Amino acid sequence: MGLDLYAEDLVANYEHPHNKKSMPDSDSKSHEYNTTCGDDITVYIKVKDGKITDISFDGSGCAISVGTASKLTDAIKGKSIDEIEKLGFDYIVDLIGIDPGPARAKCASISLKALKKAVFIYEHKKPDNETEKL
Amino acid sequence: MARLNVDDIKKDFPILQSSKEGRRLVYLDSAATSQKPNQVIDAISDYYRNYNANIHRGIYNIAEEATEAYENSKKDVAKFIGADSYDEIVYVRNTTEAINLVALSWGDKNIAEGDHILISEMEHHSNLVPWILLAKKKKAKLDYIKVGNDYRLDRQSLSEGLEKDPKIVAITHSSNVLGTINDVKSITNEAHRHGSKVLVDGAQSVPHMPVNVKEIGCDFYAFSGHKMLGPTGIGTLYGSREELNNMPPIIGGGDMIKTVEFYSCTWNDIPWKFEAGTSNIEGGIGMTPAVKYLENLGMDRVFEHEAELTKYAIGELSKIDNVETFGPEIGKGDHAGVVSFNIKGVHPHDVASIFDNYNVAIRAGHHCAMPLVTQLLKQSAVARMSFYIYNDESDIDKAVEAIKEVKRIFKVK
Repeated sequence: MGLDLYAEDLVANYEHPHNKKSMPDSDSKSHEYNTTCGDDITVYIKVKDGKITDISFDGSGCAISVGTASKLTDAIKGKSIDEIEKLGFDYIVDLIGIDPGPARAKCASISLKALKKAVFIYEHKKPDNETEKL
Repeated sequence: MARLNVDDIKKDFPILQSSKEGRRLVYLDSAATSQKPNQVIDAISDYYRNYNANIHRGIYNIAEEATEAYENSKKDVAKFIGADSYDEIVYVRNTTEAINLVALSWGDKNIAEGDHILISEMEHHSNLVPWILLAKKKKAKLDYIKVGNDYRLDRQSLSEGLEKDPKIVAITHSSNVLGTINDVKSITNEAHRHGSKVLVDGAQSVPHMPVNVKEIGCDFYAFSGHKMLGPTGIGTLYGSREELNNMPPIIGGGDMIKTVEFYSCTWNDIPWKFEAGTSNIEGGIGMTPAVKYLENLGMDRVFEHEAELTKYAIGELSKIDNVETFGPEIGKGDHAGVVSFNIKGVHPHDVASIFDNYNVAIRAGHHCAMPLVTQLLKQSAVARMSFYIYNDESDIDKAVEAIKEVKRIFKVK
C-alpha cells in the first residue's frame, strides 16, 4: 500500500463529505458497522423507475470509510438498481484509484455494502453472497 | 543501572533486520505480541529436527528427551515468576485460556447465586468476558473498580468493592491501553483480608518487569508466552498448590488421568490434571530460551529501559500540537511501556495506515478493552505504541516523523 491511499481528493471528501445527512423520507436504507475501525455508516436511497434519484449517507468512521462513502454517493446518482446489484469491490478500487489492501478493505467497502443492501431491501430480496462478503 | 545494549539485542531478532522500500521495520506493537530471538526460533526448530516425539509416553530416547525439555521449561517458568515449583505451572494456550480455566473450574465450584465478583474498568476482554459469562451462569454480581481521572484505579472504589466480600478479585497487573501498573501486592493483601481469592492478569507485566507471585501473594496469575519472546499458543496459569489441587479439571482426555475404568476415573496430579491430550510441546520448549534471554538481560533493566523510552516518547509527543495521550503521569514508577494517543480529527486506523507507509508498526483500535476506550476515554479507538527490549529512541523518532506526516495529510495544525 502506498501513500496514494490518502490522496488529497479522498482526504478532502473525508473532511467535507458530500451527501452526508440522514434522509427521513427515503425509500430504503441500510446500516453497516465495521468492528475493526468502528466505522458506522447508514446509506439512504430514493428510487424512481428503477433508478436512484437521491442518495445520502450518515454516520462516522475513518477517512477511508467516510471519504469513500462521500465519493460513492456522488457517483451512484442516476444509476439503475440492476446495475448497483452487480457492483463489487473492483468498483471501489476504481472509484478511489487504489486497492486499499486487506487491512483496510472493509473500510473502503462498507458504504457499497450498505448501498447494495438498501437496494436489496427495496426489492424485497435477500442480499447475495457477494454483497455479504464485501 | 546500565541501559540495555539495543544494537546487540537487535542482532538476535532476524525480523528486525528486514526492511520495506528502504525503510527498516520499526516494531512498536510488542503489547500485542513480541518479536522472537534466534534462540527461541532455533530451539523450536531443533526439537522438530532432532527429538520430535510425544511426551509422557514413549519409552525411548527421543521421547524422554522431549519430556525432559518440556518439563524443564516449566521449572524455568516457575523460577522466572518465583513460583515454588513446576506443579504450580499449568500450560494453556494463552492468558485468555488461563483466566477462562479459573472461571470455568474454580468459578463453577465456588461461585453461587448472589456472590460478588470484583474486576476493574481497565480490564482487557480476556479478564472481563469470562467473568460476565460466569456471573450470568451463576446469577452472581459483577462489580467494577473504577478508573480515576488520573488513569489509576480509584482507591475508594476498590474499598467499596471489597466491602462486599467478593469471592474473587480479578485484576490486571498492567493495563494494555493506559500502561498503568497496579499495586497488585497491596490489592491482594486487602482482598485476602476480606476472604477473597485474587487472580492477576499478568499478560503485560511478566514480559516487562520483575514479577514474583509469592511476593504478590495472589492465588492465580495468568500470562502468555508470545508476548515475552516465546512462541504463540503457549501460556501459563500459575495457581497456588492449594487452589489447583481443589479445582476440578474442565477438559478430559489423555494425560490428565491416573486411572480410568468404564464408569469412573481418577485425576492425575497437578499441573497435568489440567493438560488433557498432547500438549503444545514446541511451545513449552520455546519458553526456556525466552525466559533465559530475559533473565540474562535482567528484568530490572528491562523495566528501566522501557520506562526511559516511555518518558522520551511522552516528552516528544507532548511537543506536538493536537496530539493527546492517555495514561498516568510518568515519573511515579507505575507507567509501563505503553503509550496510547490520538491525533485530533484523525481516526487512529488512518494513523496506523500512514505509520505503515513508514514501516512503523503500531496498533489502532479498542485494544480488546472496549468499555475502557469507548466509555471512559470516550474515544471510538486509540492508536498505541508499545516498547520492548529491542526498541530505542530512534524508533520513537520514526514514529514522530510519521505523526508529522499524518498531520500534513489531514492538515491538522
